[in-house]
Amino acid sequence: MEGLKNFFDHYNYVATIVLMVAGLYIVIARGNMIKKLVGLSLFQTSVYLLYIAPGKIIGGTPPILDPAIKVYSNPLPHVLILTAIVVGIATIALGLALVARIQEAYGTIEEDEIFGQDEPE
Amino acid sequence: MAPLLVRGGSHRRFITIVRMRNLFGVVVLAGVYSFLMASVLIVYDAVDVAMTEAAVGAGVSTVLFLAALHLTKSMEYPAARPAAIPLIVSGIVGAALIWATYDLPPYGTAVAPIHQHIVPYYIENAVKDTLVPNLVSAILADYRGFDTLGETVVVFTAGIGVMLLLKGRRSTRKSEGRAP
Repeated sequence: MEGLKNFFDHYNYVATIVLMVAGLYIVIARGNMIKKLVGLSLFQTSVYLLYIAPGKIIGGTPPILDPAIKVYSNPLPHVLILTAIVVGIATIALGLALVARIQEAYGTIEEDEIFGQDEPE
Repeated sequence: MAPLLVRGGSHRRFITIVRMRNLFGVVVLAGVYSFLMASVLIVYDAVDVAMTEAAVGAGVSTVLFLAALHLTKSMEYPAARPAAIPLIVSGIVGAALIWATYDLPPYGTAVAPIHQHIVPYYIENAVKDTLVPNLVSAILADYRGFDTLGETVVVFTAGIGVMLLLKGRRSTRKSEGRAP
């Protein structure tokens, strides 16, 4: 019974980590570089959830001050994740620019073919 | 019930994202996934983050991915590599992380340590210090303004990087044909 309660207290983290692992799997298993970046952004969004979820208070409201409201959810994770979203899109943009250059230099964005071209004859 | 439904939707979306080979479809589904993620964030009371995620995650990043697809190919080759090792690695990492989350305080309790540290001060004094009733804006632009400065430095650097990478594109295209 205790274990079941423990599970339902934390199942949102389980869902978050399933998302995170899916992103990790794409990054490791797939050779296509655009697919890898999509996986990376999947991983990033799951990190957002991991940060935001502890800030939620059940019965709280979004952290905008109002005299009628007593309980607010924690605004600090929201601030950190706002920064993370913007930094995340900057890294994705840089990665996509690199992919465009790799396509130009090698004619492909599949990792295995690039390694094949780089091997000495 | 609503959060569960949203959750289920975003999970089906990511399974398709993992399996699909048509990259155009993958990018469009990633945009749909971002919108669903924004809905989940609203459930978590993070309205500012949800708005940013919908605008940046679903809007800007989808546009960037589509632009990159325009410059490359939109089909992924079937995987030639074995999938067992990545699956095992992901499984172990996931199991370790899930095991670690059971040390976190239960979801949604007001007595968790995260709510005791500095946030009561912000809630108490934000209007007096900054005249802004939205706590997220007050912390982002005032209390933690140097964080935001660092963020803009990162974005600026990334912008410079993208410009430098894409600047020589046209001229190098003529000399394409590097020996395979």
